[in-house]
Amino acid sequence: MSARISFWTTLTDPLIRQNPVTLQILGICSALAVTTTLATALTMSVSLTVVLTLAAGIISLIRRHIPDTIRLIVQIVIVASLVIVIDQILQAYFADISRALSVYVGLITTNCLVLGRTESYARFNAPLPSMVDAFGNGLGYSLVLIVIGSIRELFGMGQLFGAQVLPLAENGGWFTPLSLMLLAPSAFFLLGGLVWAVRSVRTEQVEPPDHTPPLQRGAVE
Amino acid sequence: MAGTDWNPWRRLLALPNESRAKTIIVAFLVSAICALLVSSATVLLRPIQTANRAAEEQARIGDLVRGIPGMAALLEESGGTLSTVVINLNTGRAAQDVTAETLDAALTDMANWTVLDAGADIAGLGQRPNFAQIFLLRDDDGVSLALLPVAGQGYGGQIDAILAVHGDMNTIAGIAITQHAETPGLGGRIEDRSWQQNFPGTIIRDDSGDVRFSVARGDATTDYEVDGITGATRTGSGITRMMRFWLGPDGYGPLIDAIARGEF
Repeated sequence: MSARISFWTTLTDPLIRQNPVTLQILGICSALAVTTTLATALTMSVSLTVVLTLAAGIISLIRRHIPDTIRLIVQIVIVASLVIVIDQILQAYFADISRALSVYVGLITTNCLVLGRTESYARFNAPLPSMVDAFGNGLGYSLVLIVIGSIRELFGMGQLFGAQVLPLAENGGWFTPLSLMLLAPSAFFLLGGLVWAVRSVRTEQVEPPDHTPPLQRGAVE
Repeated sequence: MAGTDWNPWRRLLALPNESRAKTIIVAFLVSAICALLVSSATVLLRPIQTANRAAEEQARIGDLVRGIPGMAALLEESGGTLSTVVINLNTGRAAQDVTAETLDAALTDMANWTVLDAGADIAGLGQRPNFAQIFLLRDDDGVSLALLPVAGQGYGGQIDAILAVHGDMNTIAGIAITQHAETPGLGGRIEDRSWQQNFPGTIIRDDSGDVRFSVARGDATTDYEVDGITGATRTGSGITRMMRFWLGPDGYGPLIDAIARGEF
């Protein structure tokens, strides 16, 4: 019973409470790059979740036999091979999406999220909990990507999954697309807004300020 | 103490993680298994990927023709399809015994390739096939548009493109880059529509018949030039040399003469 509860928390914790993107600010480079449409965001999420889960499982399986001196190399080699295999599968069966994601699939290798989870969790835990944890983190990452992807596609093009949701002004509707939403800066704004929103609700996530503003000195001078 | 375990696998697992032997063996095993995984994925999936790329190239040819002003209407008039012709580059005539279906097989035979000597090989290809598949659009007066696949060495690797030439065989109608390995953001901008829109209307040869086409350094100043891409001089000169080779006597020169004589 308690084992099931702990699996459940391992799985659900990273969704919001310990979300890798909004709390730990990991893996945001890809979160910014692939969220212009919902379809690419979803593909990226699925690819990353698969890679992360498999990598965590494999690394956890051989965790007792990874020499400490070369553990990072071993982990990266495993992650990179999985990424190449996934990339090849995408190129074969999802050619359009593979073109849209272009280099970002390859960049899953360097996604700090993957190495972060394998290094901090999979290396010390049995395969099953490691994979549950990795899957949960993948879902947390996916959640953020899907939220940002749908906002950007909806307001940037008035579409969701390529289907017109808001009638465009140029076709006689009322909606004028915000082209800013399709540019990289908008992802920064949205991600910032999302982090702020999450931390306003869950105040325990707010970090203590690094510096106290020098109000006193300003008053004296 | 238990007797020595002679099973080498168990002995390996029993070694302390920090021992040199185990470090090397684990590193070797991990890389060997990963290499096997990656290679088998690549080999098994290659046929599907090749088919995808061929379909994509077909779609790009369609896009190219539709993107040329006035061509969509022309295409609809002529039934919306292009005719495909395999030509013999040495004679400039339609190939006798090679068809679009057998072209790939014919090109695996090195007898169907011409090795280029250093002076003629301005596009950096080394050798050139004797047969090429081209696409022709015809109207009542003969060929109105020719789509010619070209290739040449760029900065990062080979550039493959399809050049569209109007029926006078001297005015470029458009270009589509089908494959390249140029630096993203610099030479990679050759795949941008905005740069490719420089091509329509550019004149290939001057009155004396010399190929004058080039990619300018900076903005185009003559009718024979297209704008250069800032920071991608070597990509630009690669395109210039590719075009000069393929439009010259060792490339489509004989074909262009034949079309001009009205043989197609």
